[in-house]
Amino acid sequence: MDTYSLLREIADSWVLLAMFIFFLGTIVWAFRPGSRPVHDETSQIPFRNEDRPGDAARDTKNEELQS
Amino acid sequence: MGNYIKLIALGCTALFAAVAANWGRDTAYIVHAIIILGVSGYMFVRVLRQIDEPVQATPDGYMDDVIRAGVIATGLWGVVGFLVGVVIAFQLAFPQLNFEVLQPYGNFGRLRPLHTSAVIFAFGGNALIMSSFYIVQRTCGARLWGGNLAWFVFWGYNLFIVLAATGYLLGATQSKEYAEPEWYVDIWLTIVWVAFLAVYLGTIFKRTEKHIYVANWFLLSFIVTVAMLHIVNNISIPVSIWGSKSVQIFSGVQDAMTQWWYGHNAVGFFLTAGFLGMMYYFVPKQAGRPVFSYKLSIIHFWALIFLYIWAGPHHLHYTALPDWASTLGMVFSIILWMPSWGGMINGLMTLQGAWDKLRTDPIIRMMVISLAFYGMSTFEGPMMSIRAVNSLSHYTDWTIGHVHSGALGWNGMITFAALYFLTPKLWGRVQMYSMSAINWHFWLATIGIILYAASMWVTGIMEGLMWREVDANGFLVNSFADTVSAKFPMYVVRALGGVLYLAGGLIMVWNMYMTIRGGQRVAAPVGVPAE
Repeated sequence: MDTYSLLREIADSWVLLAMFIFFLGTIVWAFRPGSRPVHDETSQIPFRNEDRPGDAARDTKNEELQS
Repeated sequence: MGNYIKLIALGCTALFAAVAANWGRDTAYIVHAIIILGVSGYMFVRVLRQIDEPVQATPDGYMDDVIRAGVIATGLWGVVGFLVGVVIAFQLAFPQLNFEVLQPYGNFGRLRPLHTSAVIFAFGGNALIMSSFYIVQRTCGARLWGGNLAWFVFWGYNLFIVLAATGYLLGATQSKEYAEPEWYVDIWLTIVWVAFLAVYLGTIFKRTEKHIYVANWFLLSFIVTVAMLHIVNNISIPVSIWGSKSVQIFSGVQDAMTQWWYGHNAVGFFLTAGFLGMMYYFVPKQAGRPVFSYKLSIIHFWALIFLYIWAGPHHLHYTALPDWASTLGMVFSIILWMPSWGGMINGLMTLQGAWDKLRTDPIIRMMVISLAFYGMSTFEGPMMSIRAVNSLSHYTDWTIGHVHSGALGWNGMITFAALYFLTPKLWGRVQMYSMSAINWHFWLATIGIILYAASMWVTGIMEGLMWREVDANGFLVNSFADTVSAKFPMYVVRALGGVLYLAGGLIMVWNMYMTIRGGQRVAAPVGVPAE
């Protein structure tokens, strides 16, 4: 079998299946039970560490500036 | 030790460039050799003067100098790119503007890639690099990794822009749309891009936040995918090491497919994923509330990257490309509509509960119009990828209208919003010098885009219909020149739209300059009677 046909065979069978399962997996993973608190926490990241890196105390001054 | 290696490398580069300037076979190559000779000579002296000096301790704050430079570069390249766009728009309406004395450098054919590269890679690229440096530091709670490597990325990228732009004017091009720079410029961009990836990943690795915020996912996919696209689409063999000409490895339909796999994913990952990374940071920041649905943003990300990569073949309907391949591209383009609108809705709904800010905050307004244009152009794009629609729209100005509603509306507006957000923050000002100037910019740009897109729809569809019109005997009714003369009024309107957009850009640069210079304009309070 020539290289093209071989690659084509692999691509439209197992690789397609693997990618599709991975994709469905990401959706299942996003909706997994218990993900809400994690996502709520993660979505707050832009409002931390505004002026200084690291575990500096949350910069309340800047949050006030924003609102 | 590191400095000695740098000296040796810079010395060798300067020597090679000097030899190349002497032996170069074409003007573009010689000019580039002289530029590289100058840059590497300057850097050699700079490194030499610092050698064996005591090493400065790394400051522990954020690395913002390079972002300030990026903000300025974005603003300046923006107006340069818009200006060239306006010039070529007038050249299309009035061909006499291809002045005889400026030939061949001032020809439309050479200025057009200058415009596309200036707006996409110089304006858009600098915007992406500077905002990704800003976002990755803030969302990881870590200083940029790699010390001065970030400066190398900034200057290296801008050197790439200069080499690309001068190359186009002097006639060095490999004739691949959005990938025109010749082989040595491509190699240089690859080096810079690997450094960019290293800085970005290094910062993510040393983050103090547990999770990687969604904006970083988009920006990282942009960096990784652009590296892959750039390398594959630019596989070529130089005719001579002393000349700019190179020959592509692929040929025929393989070359066309590789080019549009690259070209469409440049839209998908450079102009979409990268700018979505900006959107997922700056919109929540400016609205003062977290993104509407973090779950949706995760699904948006995976769906976008899984689908976009297949959409390229829709650029090659009715060509030698096999039908199955162009059908595949068409189907994936249509499916892509869903994640695109999911992302748009996610961005717009972030303003839920803060819609009143639309009245008071011109920056929010820019973000909303940008998302609206994102939604419109990601609806229009899939529609145009349908084979039957494409038979009317392809090769017409409709395509140009579509591209500009996406580029001016989505990319331009979100970048302006980011610049208005970053400029006061980075220079320690409360807000921009003039808020009413932002308002002016908003309206000038919006009206400019509407003039542009509307005139291109009219002229594109008209031209498509004229091309296919046949009389009772089956003969074509119109010659090509008939369509050109019929398009004249729309071309003038388009150029005027460009003028408005450029005027908005100039106001922005002025406003940024005044903000950086310091101070804030004292506006008379509204509604308070004079005493």
